[in-house]
Amino acid sequence: MTETKKEEITKYIVISSDKVLPSDAAMKIYESEFPVTVKETCFGLIVSGAKDDVQAVVEKIRQLDKNHIFVKDRGFPPGDERRCRASRGGGPRPGFHFLREEVQMLPAIGAALDELEAKECVIEKSKTKCRLKTSDLEKVIEEELAR
Amino acid sequence: MSFLAKVFIYPINSLILADLVERFGHKPLTMMNQIRGKVTSLSLDSPPINITPEDPKLGLKYAAIEVPAGVRGRMALIGPLIEQTEAAIIVENPPTDFGCVGCNRTNELTKYLVRSKGVPVLEVKYPESDEEARDFVTKIVEFLESLPKEKPEEDEKAKENESAEQEDKE
Repeated sequence: MTETKKEEITKYIVISSDKVLPSDAAMKIYESEFPVTVKETCFGLIVSGAKDDVQAVVEKIRQLDKNHIFVKDRGFPPGDERRCRASRGGGPRPGFHFLREEVQMLPAIGAALDELEAKECVIEKSKTKCRLKTSDLEKVIEEELAR
Repeated sequence: MSFLAKVFIYPINSLILADLVERFGHKPLTMMNQIRGKVTSLSLDSPPINITPEDPKLGLKYAAIEVPAGVRGRMALIGPLIEQTEAAIIVENPPTDFGCVGCNRTNELTKYLVRSKGVPVLEVKYPESDEEARDFVTKIVEFLESLPKEKPEEDEKAKENESAEQEDKE
């Protein structure tokens, strides 16, 4: 158990939301009392720290706009000299190109998730039993009589 | 956090796929986790010498000796993931193949091994428009929801434990 707590992980939080900015999400993490390292980037945040803390923080941020905030793991810790462009003489870091391609697709994926959620709500509503309205009953009778 | 199934994704470092799989309660098998194990290990600190002598040997399990070293090196990381695979999502024609997924031979071998493993595989095309994205997400969600909710191995273990307990009681 102690080993899992000590295990350090890093996650990308990619924000493709109209409501939440990376700075908002970063402020939310600063407000929380989790001991994690946060790095703000152009596409979102990089969060690093103990596994349990990072997972809790990520879940909290995801709830801000759950269909438009995407999360993935990262192998290297933030600011790692082997990847950080500050120590590599500039240019995009390796791995950014693929992320950039996928970020372009995120608004469409987010919209699709919204639609899926809306459909599920409609199905759930239609499943719930409710009393038949008199206006609906009138329509049914009229349709039957019209035959 | 308990996951339902271990889902292999291709491209193996995809943000969209990893997020969707995790969002619906499963565990994505990604390259990032493998890389983390490599780069946070104390014995490895200087690329390009970030591979141990053991790694090519591990890669030999999946690719022959005459296959380029890059394929074997990549398979040393991807192979163990394929062995854990309980389901897979393969996206055809991803727009870019960079870095760890930049080797087409490795990609072909990976997809072949996953398909021949006999686990449920979903093959979808990378979306290029909003409508395609809708179909893409719907297919993936349906696939993830169709996966078994209890692991057969755990069931077997539970049954074994139950039978052992019964024997003890008798």
